[in-house]
Amino acid sequence: MSTKKKKLSSERLQRVIELCKSVEEQGVDPFAVDVDDIIATLQKYFPEWESTEELALDAEAVQYLASVIQNQGDWVKHRSTSLYTDPFLLEEKIQRLKKEELAALFTTVWSPIIELEQISIPSLAEALRYWNELVPISERWQKNGPLQVAAGATTWEELVRLKILAEKTFLEELEGFWKELKQKVGENEKIHYWDFVGADTYSETIDRAYMTSFLVTYGYATLELHPLEEEIFIKPFTKPRSELADRRMVSVPISVSHEEWMRWKEGRQR
Amino acid sequence: MDAMERRETKMTRKAYYARKIKRATQLLFYKRHMKPGVKGWELKNALGSDYPKILKVLDNHLEKLDLQVKTVFEGEEPAGKPTLEELNRARFFVTLRGGLPSKDAKMMGWRIDDIAGLATAISCIISKRGKAPREEVEDMLRSKLPGWRVDMNLNRYIRSGYLAEDENNMLYLDWRTRAEVDQKALVDLLLGTET
Repeated sequence: MSTKKKKLSSERLQRVIELCKSVEEQGVDPFAVDVDDIIATLQKYFPEWESTEELALDAEAVQYLASVIQNQGDWVKHRSTSLYTDPFLLEEKIQRLKKEELAALFTTVWSPIIELEQISIPSLAEALRYWNELVPISERWQKNGPLQVAAGATTWEELVRLKILAEKTFLEELEGFWKELKQKVGENEKIHYWDFVGADTYSETIDRAYMTSFLVTYGYATLELHPLEEEIFIKPFTKPRSELADRRMVSVPISVSHEEWMRWKEGRQR
Repeated sequence: MDAMERRETKMTRKAYYARKIKRATQLLFYKRHMKPGVKGWELKNALGSDYPKILKVLDNHLEKLDLQVKTVFEGEEPAGKPTLEELNRARFFVTLRGGLPSKDAKMMGWRIDDIAGLATAISCIISKRGKAPREEVEDMLRSKLPGWRVDMNLNRYIRSGYLAEDENNMLYLDWRTRAEVDQKALVDLLLGTET
């Protein structure tokens, strides 16, 4: 079976799953699903499935189809009970009744629960203990004046050490990062996202992913997405493109989870 | 066993049941958790394994006051006589035995609008096999309530335990409806109205 044909078949299965899900989740009439037709489709495609993903999709479709059949069974069961009533008829009756009539009718079949709330002796004792131990409000709300500290001078290095100031400005850092990207890409034009962002430690990887997002947003680079292969590449521009900021931007969520970083690291070691 | 011994045994048994009924009344009337009512296993722990019998005697006493002990089973109500296992998992409440005049419902903090809305929402869900999309119920309610009250009232019914909502915005009947509303009688009354 060709890849294209397989893709079409799995798309058909996805549609079957969505249809069955809508019965479960949106209350669609279960008899709107043609079970025989779906079973025939599943039977037709089944011999062609090879990979685990394809078989899992098939199993999922069968599971959702089973839930539709169960819904059909429940529907038949409900119709045979004394509670069954035609929704349209009931709706019509409700629409025609006045609010007062409806309320009066409801109260004849409504038996509210009797419930009393009380405070017990142990709770009272606890409340009393709390009250006795409570510090007077004048003490609780006492305002402490600001601590007097003698003013002094500080240095630039001290502020950097306290992380109040950065060693480099953000733009300087971003441009350094852009140069690194261009060096790594060399003549290849683009580099695999993880090969650029990935670092020896996970926290460093997160830092690099953060900076990369700014490279793309500020027009220093762009992303090339290959959704079918699930691959993402970064392509640096030779000059920053400020005109991109005026165009409609598209957000691309990229997961940089610890598991993915571990997977990338293991792959690199191999 | 002579007559005196028999009388003494009878008195002891009577005292035993009187004590147990008092305890059952306290447990059932006073709210001890977020939800009112008591679980069967809690009654079993407090009253002993013959608690269904004690509840029956209490129910007879309450009948004079137009009250009743109501059992709400987990899931569907058993077709025949419930087993002790099913009773242990059920929740017990004290409810009114008969209906309530609608003017008295006002005193409980319910407006006529709120009651009509609740009746509409519950009947709509019953007619849709016990679950209905919130949008459909809202549409029905709009015929009875002003638009701005629809969402507010639905949320109130959900908070009180009459309705439940899942992550797909489907509405279901919740524990309080099962405890307080005679669903079959409601449907019959609605269908029997001459419009």
